[in-house]
Amino acid sequence: MPANSARASLMQAVARAPVLATVAVLAVLPLIFPFYSLATNIIIFGLFAAGYNLTFGYTGKLSFGHAAFFGSGSYGCGILIAQYGLAWPFALVFGIVLAGVFALAMGLLASRTRGIYFAMVTLALAQCVYYLFFHASSLTGGDNGLRGVNVESIPLGFTTLNLLDPLVKYYFTLVFVAAALAVLARLLQSPFGAVLEALRENEHRARACGIDVERVRVLSLVISGMICGLAGALNAINLSTVSIDSLSYHTSGQVMMITLLGGMGTFFGPFVGSGVFLGIEHLVTSFTERWQLIVGLVFIVLVLFFPKGIWGTVLGWIRK
Amino acid sequence: MSATPILRTRGITKRFGSFTANQDISVSLETGKLTAIIGPNGAGKSTFFNMISGGIAPTEGEIMFDGKSLIGLRTHEFAKAGISKSFQITNLFPALSVLENVRVAVQCLHRTFDLGTPRHRPAEWSEKAEELLELVGLQDKRHVPADSLAHGEQRSLEIAVALAGDPRLLLLDEPTAGMSPEETRAVMDLILKLLESRTIGLVEHKMKLVMGVSDSIIVLHQGSLLVQGKPDDIRANEDVKRVYLGKGNH
Repeated sequence: MPANSARASLMQAVARAPVLATVAVLAVLPLIFPFYSLATNIIIFGLFAAGYNLTFGYTGKLSFGHAAFFGSGSYGCGILIAQYGLAWPFALVFGIVLAGVFALAMGLLASRTRGIYFAMVTLALAQCVYYLFFHASSLTGGDNGLRGVNVESIPLGFTTLNLLDPLVKYYFTLVFVAAALAVLARLLQSPFGAVLEALRENEHRARACGIDVERVRVLSLVISGMICGLAGALNAINLSTVSIDSLSYHTSGQVMMITLLGGMGTFFGPFVGSGVFLGIEHLVTSFTERWQLIVGLVFIVLVLFFPKGIWGTVLGWIRK
Repeated sequence: MSATPILRTRGITKRFGSFTANQDISVSLETGKLTAIIGPNGAGKSTFFNMISGGIAPTEGEIMFDGKSLIGLRTHEFAKAGISKSFQITNLFPALSVLENVRVAVQCLHRTFDLGTPRHRPAEWSEKAEELLELVGLQDKRHVPADSLAHGEQRSLEIAVALAGDPRLLLLDEPTAGMSPEETRAVMDLILKLLESRTIGLVEHKMKLVMGVSDSIIVLHQGSLLVQGKPDDIRANEDVKRVYLGKGNH
């Protein structure tokens, strides 16, 4: 059937170039979905979930501590801009590096633990990071959060980007999201990506094959943390503020829910999950504050009936 | 018997709390030969196998491989040193394809921390994996997931995965467990073929199976070494008859 084969070849193309397909969808998103600031939130949290997915979906480790990376990326970037007046590109890189350093420390401490113990150790360490930033209030603003992370315009030589325009801000954010996804896709296709898969499938066999399981875990957590750190840094620039909530365990739970909603271990799933999660939040908060109740119900239904998540289920249908 | 041992243990002992699983075992596996490790249930074969293949560390004693001590090496370093093992209970990457199971095992000994190269680019890894699948007779199943293979086929794949690193010493833990007589014969033929280019250690419960093919047999009993010798000597040994053959366990 020509229609079928056309669909099949489109699917093949999508499978071969997941970054291109994902970025293409995200690039047209604001054209069909004219809530620009919500769209920006969606891609930032989608990136956060994509980074989390590297640990959760691809390496098979349930972490409850990824807020530490998102939040430290946010604060790292925000403090350099708001307190020291540094240029945003340096601040952004610093946020990523800072998240990577926390991920390295957490990885070294937690990589030997498994299952629920890994979840608990990451949760505990993330709480340490929370209080570290909470108490360093002269730098971070403590409970009040950090204000004044202002990046309003970016001169590009031939033109100036006005980040106060929500649509411009969306595409500005998308550039970094796309770059991070390209790195992630490359990584998943690399020999290291094959090792991650092997590790998720069978740790004992992987070890017997000569894989230094602990080192692989640490490195994958560092990369995952840095991607989440970038998402955090972009969030700081997006909101012009950093709230202490970005380090809270709610944020860790939220990214896990987004990943599960969208489909763990899928490339595009985190963005679907982010869209659904933030979409529900946006819709439901307009008539009740108890939006988490609705998200919770959706979550339960999905986990019960579509355990592969929304995108994971859709992929299952298409592949049939 | 002038060959040099590739692996030699000296007084290795493994205690789990107050329980001694292996007591003072000193044996050797000679280069290029097939050595079988046998013994009745509970003789400590698995503990011994795990110690020489890197699964667990001995409480006491020394293990020398090719002139170097293996004590203190971590599990994954055994593979890099040239010792590879297959597990008693089938232990594969279930959702990955048959080919990918072997390919990733080949790759692991070359590059783990390569984040940039496209995965399938170094074609020699895939070619090597294809060769190994042909060797164990699974080339037609290369694209199916490992967990959809029949039990006997999974055991064969297990051997292919163990061979991926070109080990100088291949250790097999009951490779024919649960196999039909035909499959068992095929695996034994394969083992003899592999022996042409490497040393093999084999844990086996079925004594008859190893008598005809082994160059040397290690008999364990109640966690200790009963005797090591050639099959004929083992067959004639009174102690072995008493603890092993006498029980009708053949």
